[in-house]
Amino acid sequence: MSLLELRDLAVTYRSARGRIPAVRGVSLRLDEGESLGIAGESGCGKSSLALAILRLLPHTAKVTGEVRFSDEELLAATWGRMRAVRWAGASIVFQGAQHSLNAVHRIGAQIAEPILLHSKVTPTTAAKRATELLEQVGLPAARARAYPHELSGGQRQRVMIAMALACSPQLILADEPTTGLDVMIQAQVMRLIGDLVADHGIGLMLISHDLSVLAASCQRVAVMYAGTIVEEGPAQQVFDAPRHPYTEALAAAFPKVGDPASRLAPRGLGGDPPDPTELPTGCAFHPRCAAAVEECPSASVELWPAGDGRSAACVHVRDALSKAGG
Amino acid sequence: MTTVDGPVLSARGLRVQFAPRGRRGRPARAVDGVDLDVFPGEIVALVGESGCGKTTLARTLLGLEKPTAGEVRYAGKPLSYSTSALKAYRRQVQLILQDPTGSLNPRHTVYEAVAEGPRIHGLVRGETERVASALSRAGLRPPERFFLSHPHELSGGQRQRVVIAGALALDPQVLIADEPVASLDASVRGEILALILRLRDELGLSAVVVTHDLGLAWNIADRVAVMYLGRIVESGPLEQVLKSPQHPYTQALLSVLPESDVDEPVVLAGEPPDPTRIPRGCRFHPRCQALASGAAEAAGIADRCRSEDLPLLSSARDVAQAACHLAAARAANRSSSAAAPAPPPAQ
Repeated sequence: MSLLELRDLAVTYRSARGRIPAVRGVSLRLDEGESLGIAGESGCGKSSLALAILRLLPHTAKVTGEVRFSDEELLAATWGRMRAVRWAGASIVFQGAQHSLNAVHRIGAQIAEPILLHSKVTPTTAAKRATELLEQVGLPAARARAYPHELSGGQRQRVMIAMALACSPQLILADEPTTGLDVMIQAQVMRLIGDLVADHGIGLMLISHDLSVLAASCQRVAVMYAGTIVEEGPAQQVFDAPRHPYTEALAAAFPKVGDPASRLAPRGLGGDPPDPTELPTGCAFHPRCAAAVEECPSASVELWPAGDGRSAACVHVRDALSKAGG
Repeated sequence: MTTVDGPVLSARGLRVQFAPRGRRGRPARAVDGVDLDVFPGEIVALVGESGCGKTTLARTLLGLEKPTAGEVRYAGKPLSYSTSALKAYRRQVQLILQDPTGSLNPRHTVYEAVAEGPRIHGLVRGETERVASALSRAGLRPPERFFLSHPHELSGGQRQRVVIAGALALDPQVLIADEPVASLDASVRGEILALILRLRDELGLSAVVVTHDLGLAWNIADRVAVMYLGRIVESGPLEQVLKSPQHPYTQALLSVLPESDVDEPVVLAGEPPDPTRIPRGCRFHPRCQALASGAAEAAGIADRCRSEDLPLLSSARDVAQAACHLAAARAANRSSSAAAPAPPPAQ
């Protein structure tokens, strides 16, 4: 059964500059115990997507489409129901843990807070559960009495993960949980998330700009560009043999140590991700694409099947498909 | 001008210590004895976790921090810390920071940003040509089109190019780049790294690239120096060091890369330790996986790991070296078994 299913999800912000389409029709599916990576650069809509699932966006954002979580339509749910789903059904780990924790409360109390709100337990039981959670994420129980400033960046990120686990959710949305952390701390946090997902059968949606991290820690990956998914498939396959030129560039941005092809040969794309208010016509990637052909500025692209449970939104994939089909 | 063979920039026995905070604090030994050479036309990557002292070392190489002991040499001469000598020095050695948005004044045009350095150094003649040439060398072509732009009108990649053009306007010999692409979008990074490589190839510039990203080092550097708690713990030609690392710390750093070939990544516990409390013996020993696994014990050197500090790595250019008792013991074993005559084959 699918745990989370997005159908044609779109997020549009109203602003002084007019309507800003941040997410433009995303359909995704995540099963129980499955891990899905969302890859993309700043402004591609990946964070808006995560916030839209739990309806955490500001009033200036208009969300359309469907968000089905355990067969419940969240976009139509009452606020009371949403409060119950957040934390207990699905929880979010944000990047930059120092801004997500309250500086004047002890971390034990902060972890206990959602437990007290979501289950009928005494404060003592909640506090006990909080220390258990701390131990689960590899922090000594005594740290429950610490304030956020007394912890290092990696420890604070562990606290965020402990909070996300507090109400035993079925789904965790992790938005760049390791950005800004050192490689070794990043490895510690990713290993922790991986173990927890495997042990508890939790669904994981992991959002990152680093495709190599997603390939190593997720089963499937979806690559976003300018608010849409441009490629989807089994994570390692997508990273090793990308079908969309943008995925190829993103994969090359994180070279593999020991790979002769990238030695003294950094590869990148010219230009920047597009401004959502002035999206290019046709395939939104065409101005930066080395493989662009005449039809790309006007082509209407969609996710075409690219074999092995994969799909990619590139006219070259479509052409390969029609050739293979005869 | 530099001599032909000698290093353009070097550090000898460099130590930088910061005064303790408060009465009970201890001094922080941010850089704790470093020998390093940068040769003309060479890109050296300085790799390590945050707090390892790599940024302090870079700042000291630039003359922004005065060493507590040891010296920085430019073109073979010790750096003088008088105001005028430092000013002349900084024409030769330029800094490029991580965040181009923070490095540029939002009210200044691109032209003013690039012309600022030459104006400070009194290079007024031919200013327009100088700015135009710096911009086009940094890949902003045609340069005139960018003269009157403000930083907010440019993309992140273009802003970093303006910062690099500002450095190039002074015709430096060495660029010191502190995480030059960390704040740029993934797809743009390669372009900026390719620019640094091109500047090396076309202008013969040297560069010290400070980064925590081993993939980036693989992308552009000729040599690498891995830092841990204020010391270089492993250094040498990049491919040699990254393909067959000898120091357990380098091995651990490589093993946790997402695309590592190692089956079981070595995730070191804890945070990088504190430069105010550098451990006795080998500074890495409290986190060392070779000591924890008993490999050091088996080689009979575990006590030395805990009690005996390691000598500073020399600045030798073409040799891979590691500051590790175990690596030294293994190397000695290999050479003694190679030197010993092989037993005659049984007839």
